[in-house]
Amino acid sequence: MSNNTNRRDFLGMSFAAVAAVGGAAALVGMKQAWDPLPSVLAAGFTTIDLANSDLVPGKPQTFTWRGKPIFVLLKNKEMEQFDGDLVIGDNRYTVTVGLCTHLGCIPAWKGDKWKCACHGGEFNSNGQQIFGPPPKPFVIPPFSVNGTVLTLGEDGPESKAMMTARA
Amino acid sequence: MREIKILFIVAFFTGLLYWGVEPFAHSKLHPHVEAPDYSFKDVQGLDGMVGNATAGAEIVANNCTACHSIEVAGFPALMDNASNAAAYGVVPPDLSTAGKLYDANFLAAFVKDPAVATKTTHKFEDGASHPMPGYSWMQPQEIADIVAYLQSIAPKEMTNKEVFANACQRCHSIKYGDFYGGSMAALTPDANIKKYMGVVPPDLSQFIRSRGEEYLHEFINNPQKHLEGTAMPRVGLTLESEKQVIEYLTEVGDSKKAEREALGAPFLGYLVIFAIMAWAWKAKIWRKVH
Amino acid sequence: MAEIKESFFSAEGLEKRLNGKKFWKVMMTEYWIPKDINFLWAMGVVLATTFAILIVSGIFLLMYYKPDTALAFDSVNYTIMQEVAYGWLFRHMHGVAASVVFLIIYIHMFTGIYYGSYKKGREMIWLSGMLLFVTFSAEGFSGYMLPWGQMSYWAAAVITNLFAGGSLEAWGLVEWIRGGFAVNDATLTRFFMLHVFLLPLVIIKLIVVHFYTLRIPHVNNQNSEDIDYDAEAEKYLAGNKKESKVIPFWPVFLSKDFAVLGLFLIFYFYLVFFNYNFAMDPVNFDPANPMKTPAHIYPEWYFLWSYETLRGPFFDMFGMKAGDIGLIIFGLAQVIFVVFPFLDRDPDILPAHKRPKFFIWFWIMIVDLLVLSVYGKLPPTGANAWVGFYATALFLLLWASLPFITKSDAKARGAL
Repeated sequence: MSNNTNRRDFLGMSFAAVAAVGGAAALVGMKQAWDPLPSVLAAGFTTIDLANSDLVPGKPQTFTWRGKPIFVLLKNKEMEQFDGDLVIGDNRYTVTVGLCTHLGCIPAWKGDKWKCACHGGEFNSNGQQIFGPPPKPFVIPPFSVNGTVLTLGEDGPESKAMMTARA
Repeated sequence: MREIKILFIVAFFTGLLYWGVEPFAHSKLHPHVEAPDYSFKDVQGLDGMVGNATAGAEIVANNCTACHSIEVAGFPALMDNASNAAAYGVVPPDLSTAGKLYDANFLAAFVKDPAVATKTTHKFEDGASHPMPGYSWMQPQEIADIVAYLQSIAPKEMTNKEVFANACQRCHSIKYGDFYGGSMAALTPDANIKKYMGVVPPDLSQFIRSRGEEYLHEFINNPQKHLEGTAMPRVGLTLESEKQVIEYLTEVGDSKKAEREALGAPFLGYLVIFAIMAWAWKAKIWRKVH
Repeated sequence: MAEIKESFFSAEGLEKRLNGKKFWKVMMTEYWIPKDINFLWAMGVVLATTFAILIVSGIFLLMYYKPDTALAFDSVNYTIMQEVAYGWLFRHMHGVAASVVFLIIYIHMFTGIYYGSYKKGREMIWLSGMLLFVTFSAEGFSGYMLPWGQMSYWAAAVITNLFAGGSLEAWGLVEWIRGGFAVNDATLTRFFMLHVFLLPLVIIKLIVVHFYTLRIPHVNNQNSEDIDYDAEAEKYLAGNKKESKVIPFWPVFLSKDFAVLGLFLIFYFYLVFFNYNFAMDPVNFDPANPMKTPAHIYPEWYFLWSYETLRGPFFDMFGMKAGDIGLIIFGLAQVIFVVFPFLDRDPDILPAHKRPKFFIWFWIMIVDLLVLSVYGKLPPTGANAWVGFYATALFLLLWASLPFITKSDAKARGAL
């Protein structure tokens, strides 16, 4: 009698386990269907040639990388020289993701700083938060430098240094 | 009685919430601006001078037709739109309708100094200059003659679409005006207008719904009021022409407005009948249980 | 024995196969509802009707809407609004109903809170109702993205960004939700799937559960009286309708529902035709532009109170960053109403006007939510930031005090 029950229990339980494993595998597959497509991930690299970009000192330009705005500011003489600048030759640059670190709006350049229209946050020419709700400086995107060409999407020593200087 | 009291409380708090989130909040988000001024008294216009159209014809032929076409007076466009845009930054307007569309005082001020009249002096610093030169060196009488001439050749009536095409379409596309045919694209190619203005001016297809009539009047009459520092020039439209522009924007952007307003009242009338019948039925049934 | 001898093609035969008469009795003519109710009891049917309007108008929108970032805006604002016969009407109905449904949900919810319809056996009704609120919120959020206007895009960007916790790629969670680095076409199409298929299914199932959980404890009444349904039903069926404390769902309860519905439809369609900007924000008539943030971003009105709790703490406190505190309170705000039945320590079911301290608590909560909503719309600068701060603090204080004030009322009454 007890032997029969045990065998039936064991069979029932192992059947339930097999069904559960199948269900879990299905869920993993479904999770993967939500993942960004390979074509989207592959398009994640953007190059900017700083020498040929018509950058005007003191007036940042906005590029696009992975659907996000990237602020590139060639600093002029009046702007402070900061440890976290990207230095190429005689030029000092600020390269950041142009999204306010508060809630993700795109700040606008007003003369000598970035000002975010959403809740009044302000960032200086280094991209550091100086007023309002933003809790952190602009995020530094991963990039590598080759001469004057920036490749956004892969980390390099320059981008790492910029991140450390703002930590 | 108690139900009326409950209904009143619910209606009160709903109304309070609506007021706070809509009219009140909107007054804070969009601070009040001064009403539009169609006399353009902030610039020196005709100053009451009366012009002579015949004299004006000669002045215009000698000074303006190098850049401006005047189809109605036998001065066709010398280049196509693309070439014009490449040369000047933007397609210069044909002057056939200018006398009807634009206020006479504004026109006089514009001819004298285009950047000041259009309130775009902030765009022309650091050596840049307005593509049209100013004519402040002319005698005031000559400028009055020019305005009189333009008024004399202008049509008496224009359709809403013609007003838009003449006054706005050089810079602004309005895709929905010809969705499948594409004829309501901006006359100046995107690349040129972006370089000239700094951005491509927005497509106006839904501006009647996104901005509304009141804002549009305030804005067109003086773009700097709502968007300080904007590159859009004050165009100098008369109130009548401005109304036609807004009517066109409504025809294109909210073409079902008339149908919507016509259907509203009878629809609600039906619902009133429905509600009366529903209450009557409810009263009959509940009489038996009260 | 299952065999039925009567012919399929006869009235008796059909009745024997389907048991329609029994079904009709159980669901309608002998489903007993208390007689002592007011018009607030009709909100359930008003909600069902509004949901039906959303589904039907949604079906027609679905015929012409194109879920593609390049095509969506024009498919709505040109094709549907200006070409399809009565397309504008379906769009207006859908947008206004999506907003009004939340007004009715809030009235329905606070009616339940006021009359104590969430406890002593009715907890499941409350929980299934709160799940419906959350699902409707998700449905509204996903639907708002579809016209692909400026608000559509930026609301999606800001809210999905919350999952990044301030960094660029937080464990890939934000990218996984969006199906890409930024809000993009993949984001639009998956929210389309949620809005049109998955969430409506979930809502329908939850509505069935909500109705089911209501059956056994029965609908509440204005005095929260505990009614002997069997006895009262007998009185009614015996012909003693005036003395019975109950009425049948059909035709008595539903007749009152229809009357209230009649008035509601006038209100609703007035908005559809003449006053719809509160539901169809003008900013959303600008096509989505990922490179241009609108001057003011705000959610729809029904999310404003919880949005304001996110912004309420605007300076660092207790060693935590303001942003993190806000995020925690925001998360709390979404779920706190769910645990209401368990925070209320009063064992009696009574309307709020018979619970003095709770009555005050109730009205302060209503006013606080109103203040949070209005200030959630305003820019959080200067004095506004402080009002938001204190209103959020009050919100937390109200919830913390709930167990104590409900116990206090019960003790004063001698029930504890």
